[in-house]
Amino acid sequence: MTLFVKYDFNFICKAVLKEQLDAHGISYVLNGMGEVEIKDKLSTGQKEALALALRKYGIEIIADQKTALVQRIKNAIDEMLKDDQARLQKISSYLADKMNYSYTYLSSLFSEATYTSIENFIILRKVDHAKELMANTNLTLTEIAYKLDYSSVAHLSGQFKKTTGLTPTAFQNILEKRKEKSLRL
Amino acid sequence: MNVNLSTRSTQILNIALADDDEDDRILFKEAIEEIQLKTKLSLFVNGQELMDYLLLPNVILPNLIFLDLNMPIKNGMQCLREIRANPDLSDLSIAIYSTSSSERDIEETFVSGANIYINKPNNFRKLRQVVEKVLQIKWQYHTGNLNRDNFLFRI
Repeated sequence: MTLFVKYDFNFICKAVLKEQLDAHGISYVLNGMGEVEIKDKLSTGQKEALALALRKYGIEIIADQKTALVQRIKNAIDEMLKDDQARLQKISSYLADKMNYSYTYLSSLFSEATYTSIENFIILRKVDHAKELMANTNLTLTEIAYKLDYSSVAHLSGQFKKTTGLTPTAFQNILEKRKEKSLRL
Repeated sequence: MNVNLSTRSTQILNIALADDDEDDRILFKEAIEEIQLKTKLSLFVNGQELMDYLLLPNVILPNLIFLDLNMPIKNGMQCLREIRANPDLSDLSIAIYSTSSSERDIEETFVSGANIYINKPNNFRKLRQVVEKVLQIKWQYHTGNLNRDNFLFRI
């Protein structure tokens, strides 16, 4: 018997964090954007124990400032892509306002650390979102294009093909066959 | 005090290549050395050698494996199936690296669990570009919050 499940990464991450922080008796506020505000000071021992507990779930505490900033840029991009109002803004002014750094600084830091530009990352992220909707919902391509602010299905398909080398139909076809295959096993 | 969190952020990518053609291995090694991203490359001359290595106790698993399809002793398709059938190896990303451009081969590798399909380029400049693109994409999946179930690219 095979069960198919659907999950929300954000929700899982938050639930794990809450569970672990509570278990370690730490008082905190979850700030979203991958940031946890700790109310009291953590001792080194406490911090290590928390880091160890979180590692099991693939969550790491970021030690250096630059990596943390890059992660905050990525999280801000994710929030922007989810927010209908924010998406109307230019990415450069949105990030500069949100992060309080100049966009020039943010974009050079980002390219240096991730080997890709902010603009490219956003395209990859949007295409990833489209992939997720194709995999986990019954939305049509037209509905997905509309939801993700593409001007047309052709625009979505074009960007999808350019980024992944596959057409949306070929992608869906592969997922479908993978499913059939795992059912046969 | 603020604590920032991420999913995985190891700074070096461990790469493996299994290819029976010596020239192809050398060219690949040269291409990967020219790329900005920090990598550690392990080379294997056929699929059996690769699988023996992956199953060693305490082995540091590669983050990304480039697999040639046509190899003696054990071919790329057999490796792909064995890797995908082994829960200990389920985190590995696999790039098929082949001269075949038959649509059937391509679909079959994806359905069997490949993440990336690369047509072997016919000159060094293109090879370098292709390897760089693959590593860039892999890096985003390695460090970003992208859903690895949907990690499928044809390059």
